Amino acid sequence: MMKRLLSLICVCFILLSSFCVVACAEGEKDYSHLEGTTLNVYNWGEYISDGADDTMDVNKEFEKRYGITVNYTNYESNENMYNKLKSGGANYDVIIPSDYMIAKLVEEEMLAELDFSNIPNYKYILDKYKNLYYDPENKYTVPYTVGMVGLIYNTTMVDGEIDSWNALWDEQYKGKILMFNNPRDAFGVAQFLLGQSINTTDLKEWDLAIEKLKEQNPLVSSYVMDEVFNKMENGDAALAPYYAGDFLTMYDVNPDLAFCYPKEGVNFFVDAMCVPKNAENKEAAELYINFMCEEDVAVANANYVCYASPHTLVLESEDYDLKGDPILYPDESEMPKTQIFENLDYDTQQYMSMLWNELKIEGNSNIDAYIGLSVSLALVVIYLIYKFAKKKKRERYY
Amino acid sequence: MNKKSSLMTKLAGAPYIVWAALFIIVPLCMVAYYAFTDTTGAFTLSNMADIGKYADTFILSIWLGLLATVICLVIAYPLAYIMAGKGPEKQSTMTMLIMLPMWMNFLLRTYSWMTILEDNGLINTLITSLGLEPLQLINTRGAVVLGMVYNFLPYMILPIYTVMLKSDRSLVEAAQDLGGNKLDVFKNVTVPLSVPGIVSGFTMVFVPSVSTFYISQKLGGTGTILIGDIIETQFQTANNFNLGASLSFVLMILIFICLAVMNRFSDDDDGGVII
Repeated sequence: MMKRLLSLICVCFILLSSFCVVACAEGEKDYSHLEGTTLNVYNWGEYISDGADDTMDVNKEFEKRYGITVNYTNYESNENMYNKLKSGGANYDVIIPSDYMIAKLVEEEMLAELDFSNIPNYKYILDKYKNLYYDPENKYTVPYTVGMVGLIYNTTMVDGEIDSWNALWDEQYKGKILMFNNPRDAFGVAQFLLGQSINTTDLKEWDLAIEKLKEQNPLVSSYVMDEVFNKMENGDAALAPYYAGDFLTMYDVNPDLAFCYPKEGVNFFVDAMCVPKNAENKEAAELYINFMCEEDVAVANANYVCYASPHTLVLESEDYDLKGDPILYPDESEMPKTQIFENLDYDTQQYMSMLWNELKIEGNSNIDAYIGLSVSLALVVIYLIYKFAKKKKRERYY
Repeated sequence: MNKKSSLMTKLAGAPYIVWAALFIIVPLCMVAYYAFTDTTGAFTLSNMADIGKYADTFILSIWLGLLATVICLVIAYPLAYIMAGKGPEKQSTMTMLIMLPMWMNFLLRTYSWMTILEDNGLINTLITSLGLEPLQLINTRGAVVLGMVYNFLPYMILPIYTVMLKSDRSLVEAAQDLGGNKLDVFKNVTVPLSVPGIVSGFTMVFVPSVSTFYISQKLGGTGTILIGDIIETQFQTANNFNLGASLSFVLMILIFICLAVMNRFSDDDDGGVII
């Protein structure tokens, strides 16, 4: 009797475990309990395949497959994202910040450790993008895109080939130059020109960099982020430093544009998917991250976003339009000098913000405002005196 | 009975009082709190001391705001006067036409001005096709004032128009009976009666113009950074809530002073009307 029971249990066990093995092999863990929940994804603008022009609508696809509603919102810069996260109130499950911002979030203990057993597709990420400085033990992040900053210029408006950041300081392009509207990237350009480290904590070096930017200020038409697309595509500006991937998007619209990695060096960055500590739907977040690393999804995103991909299957895929693109994937020999942003300490950050404010108000010449305001003030005073005199006169009259 | 009605009035007013306390008084107190503290929450005046640096920016913002408001007034006043004199059907069509642009998103409207004013935008394409030199339109102060006027003009027209519509026609007739010509009637009756409309229109255009950041960012380029831009940067990128709050605090006081000056006009004229 005992024996039979035991063998029955054994059989059951074998059956069960084999079932489990099959299930696990297909990666089909049971996620039915997540159906009907909501996942809040917070990402950069234009940074996911959204179904335009017959591409895959990644979020819809995810909703269809798992029955989880995706609440998708955008931000314009790492700092925007950080402030929204820091001020509380907002709750996000997946965010995609850049390297230095991840370091800051890790330092302030704002990220949750990922359960990589839920993200088996992590194995497809290239080894050289694992264990980077911001996440040395790879507990928090899964790289989404990588890329470099470069200089975009309009060949019909610029003479000859450009190979240096100095072009952004060239008097002859006055009023046709755009510049980053975020302090880190803007200072970065000046710091490469000055041969500094972009992570310097020496305040004197920051002073030199701001001098450089102030020198450039009268030549700059405006400080932009996403407006750069319109302005460069329509030929309203001649030169703009921006991300290499975005150049490809602009080039599709305006083939007069050209791109270079300036010889002084450029910023290399990694944007990676993370889960904030206060995420309410962490399991779905991990599911989403894993989903983003599936081959067809990753290829669709890489095709749409045009940034370089850290995903091995994408790089080999036949469906990948930008396979071996010389700008995204330059040869070893043509690889520019790069530096990666690190998280600055609090004092340096404050100092940088202060300098950035100074730069912004630097260009205002306000003589017209002073004259105009004093004239209108004088008019008001004259009017009031006139009224007062009239009233007095009237009182005397009655 | 008196007691009951006063209780009723109190109850009827309660929703707004709760609303005002939650969304006006509390935020104002928070602005004041942040303005006078540092990141650790200790009392400090250093934020206020930093404001001196931005004096120029304040001046510029107030000047451009004032300019936009005056231009709005110049455009809106005759229009409101003409509208109020038309038949009811024409009036509703005109009101509709004024309101129509406001149904579109404010950001979108400003963004479309960018494409119109750009160096290769609509206007410059037209000009160059006529064989003329292109003009520098975007990234100028003129463009910023244009953006303000365009976006806030309805807020000037509507209050003036409403006041004119409601004003007593018999006063105009009385003035005519007393032998006033058209100019006299306009100067001594119509204008003084419409002052409350002008004052509220002035407030509704001036305040958002002074504190705008979106219009100046999109149309103003590097030379026109307004105080709104600086405040926005403190909250969005610099993460310096204290400086941002103190700038907002000072801006509120300055706007308050400007409006107090404006109100002097209406007080005097009200007196004039009564006499």
